[in-house]
Amino acid sequence: ETLGCASEFDDAATLLAANPDATTISIDEPTEAHKKQHSRRQEPGREEDDELLGTDDSDKTELLAGQKKSAPFWTFEYYQTFFDVDTYQVLDRIKGSVFPVPGRNFVRLYVRSNPDLYGPFWICATLVFAIAVSGNLSNFFIHLGRPTYHYVPEFRKVSIAATTIYAYAWLVPLALWGFLMWRNSKVMNIVSYSFLEIVCVYGYSLFVYIPTAILWIIPQKVVRWVLMIFSLCLSGSVLVMTFWPAVRDDNRRIALATMGTIVLLHALLSVGCLAYFFDAPEVDFPAPIIPAHNGTTLITKVK
Amino acid sequence: MRVSCWRSLPTCGLQSTLFQLRDLKAVGKKFVHVMYPKKSSALLRDWDLWGPLVLCVSLALMLQGGSADSKEDGGPQFAEVFVIIWFGAVVITLNSKLLGGTISFFQSLCVLGYCVLPLTVAMLVCRLVLLAGSGTVSFIIRLIVVIAMFAWSTLASTAFLADSQPPHRKALVVYPIFLFYFVISWMILTFTPQ
Repeated sequence: ETLGCASEFDDAATLLAANPDATTISIDEPTEAHKKQHSRRQEPGREEDDELLGTDDSDKTELLAGQKKSAPFWTFEYYQTFFDVDTYQVLDRIKGSVFPVPGRNFVRLYVRSNPDLYGPFWICATLVFAIAVSGNLSNFFIHLGRPTYHYVPEFRKVSIAATTIYAYAWLVPLALWGFLMWRNSKVMNIVSYSFLEIVCVYGYSLFVYIPTAILWIIPQKVVRWVLMIFSLCLSGSVLVMTFWPAVRDDNRRIALATMGTIVLLHALLSVGCLAYFFDAPEVDFPAPIIPAHNGTTLITKVK
Repeated sequence: MRVSCWRSLPTCGLQSTLFQLRDLKAVGKKFVHVMYPKKSSALLRDWDLWGPLVLCVSLALMLQGGSADSKEDGGPQFAEVFVIIWFGAVVITLNSKLLGGTISFFQSLCVLGYCVLPLTVAMLVCRLVLLAGSGTVSFIIRLIVVIAMFAWSTLASTAFLADSQPPHRKALVVYPIFLFYFVISWMILTFTPQ
């Protein structure tokens, strides 16, 4: 379900859709076509193949997008348009990703044709270090009592964490965007998102994993799994509520399969991180032998 | 060291290209400005990258000789420290400029690099403390020193960079700086000798 004002545009688009000749519902700027094949200045975490924006359904967003993205892609100003957010906007978007309201679409409510790259990039960076540091700390506390334990900083894991998380935050949106574009060409979808908006949603949805990773230091299996399920529900629901309107007009099976894949990949990310970076807690120590007062020996298990 | 060379190209060739005593004094003056941060233009106007290079190399060298024979689990390699510091500084500078900051690229690199000085001092102190022993007391001392120097670095760089940031985005610019020095502090704190 989309917001009240957005649904007006949905109705307008539905009317347009009734006309069989209206195959597209967006108005592209002529200059936008030139940007298709060029890659942007490369920075890890900022790879992009395509800046195509023009498939939004609302006229208002089209106007805004046209005004904002009019600088040519090789100028610095072009990239500044992706960082055109104030502190309170970033905080609002983070809040929206942690407290998803049922029926509210994250993109329509918070992003609103101003997708930023600040949030996704720095949330991923923070998450990388949160996972690496928390994993290291939790392993330290778990193995602390052992006489043969020698602490190691495990710095290699930072690069692995960085590769995994940035790959997830950029490649999955790319694949999803490509898939949605392909479906869009076959089935008239009322709602569609630009690549940057998808990256934005994915980036902000990862925010809830940061406190989760820190709380995973607690060496209790049950606590860790409860935390994981809880954070998966929160961030998964943001994704589901965002992308359901984009696929619900499609074939039922494909829509459900898409939703399922989104949630599955999200779950795989968190399960994989938990399994790789955090050692299993509650490892049994070999049992000491305690002589009982009547001469028989008791063997006790020590955790 | 040709700080003013590119600004006055005609006289460039006439000036000596040797690293002179006055250059050393300029670097030293900047070190003092970092340790007692107040709004000074020395760091910003007459930027240079020698100081950051020296600090980066000495920090990376001091982080070597850490624990673990296998390269898999040990501390960061020399190149990793180098890359983290310089790449981190570049990314933060780009971030600040993309958000609309008015500071120049190299000025920002200069400030971020020089503000690693407190953490380099912390690393030195940590290595000395570790020579004395590596028990709980030594860890607590190291923890306090690293936390203090981390706060000092962050506050110093924020003090220098604050004015050039757009008004409603200061927190957006300061947070990556905080993260940057936090990562360096973590590398220093988790250093364990063999």
